[in-house]
Amino acid sequence: MTIEIEQPRVGLSKIAVSKTHGEDSPYFAGWKAYDENPYDEFRNPSGVIQMGLAENQVSFDILEEYLEQHAEEASWGKKASGFRENALFQDYHGLQSFRKAMASFMEKIREGRTKFNPDRVVLTAGATAANELLTFILADPGDALLVPTPYYPGFDRDLRWRTGVNIVPIHCDSSNNFQVTPQALEAAYKNAESMNIKVRGVLITNPSNPLGVTIHRSTLEQILDFVTIKNIHLVSDEIYSGSVFSPTEFTSIAEILESRSYKDCERVHIVYSLSKDLGLPGFRVGTIYSYNDRVVTTARRMSSFTLISSQTQQLLGSMLSDEKFTGNYITKNRERLRNRYEKMVGGLRNAGVECLEGNAGLFCWVNLSPLLESQTRESELAVWEAILHRVKLNISPGSSCHCSEPGWFRVCFANMSEKTLEVALKRIQSFMEERKITSG
Amino acid sequence: MRLIVPLQGVVQGRGGLILGSLIPCALFYFLQFYLKRHRSPPPASSPSSSNLPELARTSSRSNLTGRGSMGQARVSSRASSIAKPNDSPYYIGLDRASEDAYDELENPNGVIQLGLSENRLSLDLIEQWLSRNLNASILGGGGLSIRGIATYQATGDGLWELKVAMAGFMSQIMGRAVSFNPSQLVLTSGATPAIEILCFCLADPGNAFLIPTPYYPGFDRDVRWRTGVELIPVHCRSSDNFILSITALDQAYNQARKRGQKVRGILLSNPSNPVGSILTRETLYDLLDFARDKNIHIVSDEIFAGSIYGGDDFVSMAEILDSEDVDRNRVHIVYGLSKDLSLPGFRVGAIYSWNEHVLTASKRLTRFCSISAPTQRLLIPMLSDTRFTQEYIETNRKRIQSMYDLFVAGLEQLGITCAKSSGGLYCWADMRELMRPYNEKGELELWDKLLNIAKINVTPGSACHCIEPGWFRCCFTTLSKKHIPLVIERIRKVVETCKPPS
Repeated sequence: MTIEIEQPRVGLSKIAVSKTHGEDSPYFAGWKAYDENPYDEFRNPSGVIQMGLAENQVSFDILEEYLEQHAEEASWGKKASGFRENALFQDYHGLQSFRKAMASFMEKIREGRTKFNPDRVVLTAGATAANELLTFILADPGDALLVPTPYYPGFDRDLRWRTGVNIVPIHCDSSNNFQVTPQALEAAYKNAESMNIKVRGVLITNPSNPLGVTIHRSTLEQILDFVTIKNIHLVSDEIYSGSVFSPTEFTSIAEILESRSYKDCERVHIVYSLSKDLGLPGFRVGTIYSYNDRVVTTARRMSSFTLISSQTQQLLGSMLSDEKFTGNYITKNRERLRNRYEKMVGGLRNAGVECLEGNAGLFCWVNLSPLLESQTRESELAVWEAILHRVKLNISPGSSCHCSEPGWFRVCFANMSEKTLEVALKRIQSFMEERKITSG
Repeated sequence: MRLIVPLQGVVQGRGGLILGSLIPCALFYFLQFYLKRHRSPPPASSPSSSNLPELARTSSRSNLTGRGSMGQARVSSRASSIAKPNDSPYYIGLDRASEDAYDELENPNGVIQLGLSENRLSLDLIEQWLSRNLNASILGGGGLSIRGIATYQATGDGLWELKVAMAGFMSQIMGRAVSFNPSQLVLTSGATPAIEILCFCLADPGNAFLIPTPYYPGFDRDVRWRTGVELIPVHCRSSDNFILSITALDQAYNQARKRGQKVRGILLSNPSNPVGSILTRETLYDLLDFARDKNIHIVSDEIFAGSIYGGDDFVSMAEILDSEDVDRNRVHIVYGLSKDLSLPGFRVGAIYSWNEHVLTASKRLTRFCSISAPTQRLLIPMLSDTRFTQEYIETNRKRIQSMYDLFVAGLEQLGITCAKSSGGLYCWADMRELMRPYNEKGELELWDKLLNIAKINVTPGSACHCIEPGWFRCCFTTLSKKHIPLVIERIRKVVETCKPPS
C-alpha cells in the first residue's frame, strides 16, 4: 500500500495573502450583488441599480461627436509610418505632445488661473497607480499619510497594500460640513505620534470623494501651512476638478502656490486623471504633477511599472490639444453634472431625504441617519443591506469611507441614463413612504 | 459618409467588435494625419534612461523662485536609492545612443544602437494588417458581440476576449505544443509589472530569488526596487555555454541558507537574455525537480519565445507541466507582446499561473497596471486573426534568422565569435581577446572604445552580472541589412587598435 506524502504547499508572500485589498468590505460586496443581478431597462427592470460606481457617462455623446467629425479624415491618408514610431515608443517620459496636452487641459479646467509645465507631468496608467507611486516615493513602510475622513474606500488598498504605509485619519464631521480643521489636523498628527508612526504627508481629495464638495480656499491655506510647519508633503488628488458644477467654486492647490510665489512648493504634488472628467476609466490615463524635481525624476523611473499605452497617448493627445473641443466639453460636462445633481437632490428631497450641499463630483453625500435604529455602524450596515436587497440599489455606506458618523451614504448619479436615475429615485421614494407607514 | 462612433461601447465593451476595436484604429490614423500637419520633433526613444539633470534645471527656473531644486520635505529611502543618476553602462549607453542617434542622412557619424532589444524587422506586416482591416471596418464588416460588460473593473486584468486571443497567440508562438487556458491569464501593462507583481506575491521583503547570470539588467530594478526582494546570482560560464547547472543552483541555495536568507524561487528567462540560449527539456525537468525539492517557485520569463531562429525548438515550462503530473502551483510564466510582436509602446504583458491564490492576488494588483482599453480593442481582432499571426510568426523568424546569420558572419570576419544561441533579438559576442587587462575594468574600457570610437552602443557583460569579463550583447534587430557592413567596419576600427602588436 502506497502512502500518500502530502506536498508542503509552496508559500506565498504576506502581501499576497493579506486582506488589505479590502475587497471583503461592503463597498465591494455591493458590486458583487450588482454583477449578479444588474438592472436593465428592458431585460431586467427589477435588477440592482448601480449607484456605487463613480463613473461619468453624461458626456459621452460630446466625445463621440468629436471623434465622428474627425474620424472621416482617418479613412483617407492612412500613411502608417507614424504607427511604427508609436508602436516602438516606450519612453517613460511619455509623448511630449501628450504631456503638453494634459498640462493644457489641466490649465483649461482651472480657467487659466494657473500654469502647468509639461515637463513636470509624469504619466501613469490611472490615478490609482499615481497615488500608489507617490506613496512609495514619499513614505517608507510603517510611515503614515494623514487622510481626511470620509475618504474614497480604494485608498485603503491603493496607499497601503504594497507600500506598507499606514493611513491615519483626520476626523471630520457634519458639524461643519465635514471640512478639515487645523484642530483635526493636529489631532491626527498627535495620534500618529502616539503610535510611534512617522507622518510623511497629508493626502486630500479636492473636490472631495465621497462628499462631492470643493475644499474652501481658506482650508487649503490652513492645510498648506500645517504641512509646511511639520515639514511634510501634501498630495492633492484633483481627479474631480473638471467635474465642479461652477468653475469659480474650485480652487486648486496650484493656485494657492502661485499666490505664494511658489515659495516652498517642493512639498506639493497633484494627482489627476481622465477617468472621471472625460469618462474614460478604461483608457488608464493618470498623472502626477510634482513641484519637486527629485520626485519628478523618481516618479518617471517608477512609472516603468505603469506606462500608458503609446497608442492611447497618441489618440488623446490631439483631442486634448483642441482648445475648441476642450472648452466646449468642459462647459457642457459641468452643466450636465449640475443638472443631474439637482435632479438627484430634488428627487431625494421629495422622498424626505437630505444631502450635504454639494458642488462637484459624480455623487451626493446623503444623510440617512434618521433611518438608523441606533447611531452605530451596525445599524448603518443594516440599512445598507435593506437598500441593497429590498430597494435594489447599490449605494456606498459611510463606514466603508471611514466616516466617523454613522448614517451617511455616497450615492452616484452620473454612471447611468437619466431614465435609470428616475427609476432609482422612484424606488427611494417608495422605500421612504413604506417606512413612514410602518413607523406609524 | 457619416460614421457613428459608439464610444460608450468602446469603453464599456458593448457594441460591435470590429467597430469597437477598429474605430480607435481609425482615430489613430486620423490623428497621424492631423499630427503630420502640426508636427513637433519626433520623440527620442530612450526607454530606460533620461537626461534629467538638464530637465530639472529648466523647470526649476520657470517655476521656482530662489530655491534650489531639492525640496526640504524628505523622500523615502526607496526613492532615494533610485533618484541618483543611473551609473550602469546599460543605461548610459542607451542615453548616448539616443542623444547622438545615427541617421543615414542627418547624422551619419552618430551612435548606432545595438543595446536595445527591440525588433524592427517585421512592423511592416502589422502595418499591412492594419490597413487591410481598417478598410473592412469602415465598409461595415460584421462583428462579434462582446460578452459581459467591460467596465472599469472588468478591463482590469484584461477583457475576456483579449485573454482568449492572447492564450491562442501564446500557443501559436510556442509551436502549438501546449494550449493555454485564458482563465489562468492575468494581463498587465507590459512584462515589467508582470514580473514585479509576481515578486510581490511570491516573496516578502528580504527574501530572494535565485537567478542565473548573465541576466537582463532591467531585473535589478523590476525585481528589487519596490518589493525589497533580492536577487542571488547563480553564475554560468562560457565553458557550459552559459547554461545553468543544477549543481551551481544547489550551491547558491545552500549558501543563502547559511546566510539566513530565505530563497522563495528561481527566476529565469527562456530564451535567455542576454545569451539567447534555449533551455532543453531535460534542464526544465531538472529545474522543476529542484524547485519541488526545496519547495520554491519558478518564474519563467518567456517573452522571447517567438523570436527563435536556428534549429532548436522552444520548450515552454508549460509544456513540461502538461505532460508531468507535478505540483503546478509553483510555476508561473511571464509573457508579453513587446518582443515577439514588436509592440513595446502598447504595454501588453501577461502572467500565466496554475496557482489560484497567485491568480487572485495578481488580478487585484492589475488595478495599478491595466492595459489601456483602446489597445485591448485593437489587439483582439489582430491576435484572433490566426492566419495573420501564423504568417507573422513564420516570416518574422526567418527575418531574425537571416539578420543573425549576416551579423554573426560579419563578426567572425573580425575574429569575434558568439556563444551558441537560438533565440532572442541579439547575440552574445566573445570579445575577450580584445581586452587588456582581462578584467571588468578592461571590459569597460573596451565598451567605452566601442561607444566613443566605433560609435556603437552594445551592452557589456558586467551590466548583466556576467562573471566572465569580455562578453557583449549585440542586438541586431534594430538594424536593416544594409547597415551591417557599416557596423562591422566600425567595430573593425576598434579591433585593430586592440590587437597585440605582432
